[in-house]
Amino acid sequence: MQAFPENSTELPIRFEGVSVHISGTIILRDVSLDIAAGAPTVLVGPNGSGKTTLLRAAMGLVQPVSGSISWGGRQHVSPLRRALVFQRPLMLRRSVADNLRYALATAGVPRRERGARIAALLDLVGLRELAERPAPRLSGGERQRLALARALARQPAVLFLDEPTASLDPAATLAIEELVRKVSAGGVKVIMATHDLGEAARLAGEVVLLHQGSVVESGPVDQVLRNPATEAARRFITGQLLL
Amino acid sequence: MTGEESALGLVFGGDPALFAIVRLSLSVSLGATVLAALLGAPLGALLALSRFPGRQAIVVALNALMGLPPVVIGLAVYLLLSRSGPLGSWGLLFTPTAMVITQTMLVLPIIAALTRQIVEDLWLEYRDELAAMGVGPLRRVRTLLWDARFSLVTAVLAGFGRAAAEVGSILIVGGNIEGFTRTMTTAIALETSKGNLPLAMGLGMILLCIVLAVNVAAWGVRQFGTRFEH
Repeated sequence: MQAFPENSTELPIRFEGVSVHISGTIILRDVSLDIAAGAPTVLVGPNGSGKTTLLRAAMGLVQPVSGSISWGGRQHVSPLRRALVFQRPLMLRRSVADNLRYALATAGVPRRERGARIAALLDLVGLRELAERPAPRLSGGERQRLALARALARQPAVLFLDEPTASLDPAATLAIEELVRKVSAGGVKVIMATHDLGEAARLAGEVVLLHQGSVVESGPVDQVLRNPATEAARRFITGQLLL
Repeated sequence: MTGEESALGLVFGGDPALFAIVRLSLSVSLGATVLAALLGAPLGALLALSRFPGRQAIVVALNALMGLPPVVIGLAVYLLLSRSGPLGSWGLLFTPTAMVITQTMLVLPIIAALTRQIVEDLWLEYRDELAAMGVGPLRRVRTLLWDARFSLVTAVLAGFGRAAAEVGSILIVGGNIEGFTRTMTTAIALETSKGNLPLAMGLGMILLCIVLAVNVAAWGVRQFGTRFEH
């Protein structure tokens, strides 16, 4: 099992009054949120609620028009300490092993260490047999596992996952969820977006419900899913359309 | 003996003069293509990734340069290298080096413009992922050039095709000197005007075969490359 770093120095991640506008549209509206160390934090909400944008803002891929994001009390975080797996991850046009080699190279891992690290990552995500296959030829589930391994190659303290099981079949979903548990148990703080409440219940320590760019409710998974405090959360959890 | 038979006799008879011409043609065109690729591909990639005022004008100008008449480039290089020109003291006029220079100038815009387009398209796909990985500008260029490698082969071969088929500019700066700067295309032009059709036809056949072989190789590379595409 790969050793993961302790995540204490980057946590909590604090969003203070964060608003994001894209092309004049408000995507996040005055979001304030603390994400602490521990079991995965799962962002739930309907499409367009701002889950992906929250992850992208935390990664520095979009800039808030107001508010701030701090990491363990600091405004800056090393790019190596955070990683994001996109909903449809890009497969570099090279082999599975070379995708990992690339991630290790960008993380500054010395050349002589890369072979052993690639083997460990392939074993972790169960892609050893496909090491030499061109990555764009992988199935949806295999792509997600490779993207996860590529993110972990950087040994991040915080791992963001954007709907990692969307459009996967149950077997592939199970494999990804197992990996998420393993990674989280290894000390990496996982922050994951999903619109699948079942997945949130299976994985989350804490749930954050977003709606129309705002945090509607957040707290321990049992509390939010069983005793929602707001009408919007109750409607979403009981499967009613949240417009 | 008919003209066609004479031409075949020259090609298959291993005529040394004919093969000297073929050798020079290939070395000039390949040399120019390699130089243009080494300069043009990174330039095209940088242009694809950078944003600055006037960039669009440069893109349009680069695209326009793809259609530059070879004789105009030949004339410009001639003026540069002629005895009274700014680089006249280098003594390069009417040498194979001058021919490589002029063909490099001809091929460079083709490779740079096609690379710019290929890399820009790929960048749209790669931008977020590379940004999330914290990849710096130089590594971005290297990554995109490498991942676009099979498409870039086509761009480079388009450049080689232009160089191999070109006659105007190398005639001006090379002078078509027998045994020194005479290439397949300049020899075909000369021999046809002299009425020596067998040699012209023999060279024409070889030129066609080379272009065909290069394109078959390009097709093979593209076929292999599709394994790495979505």
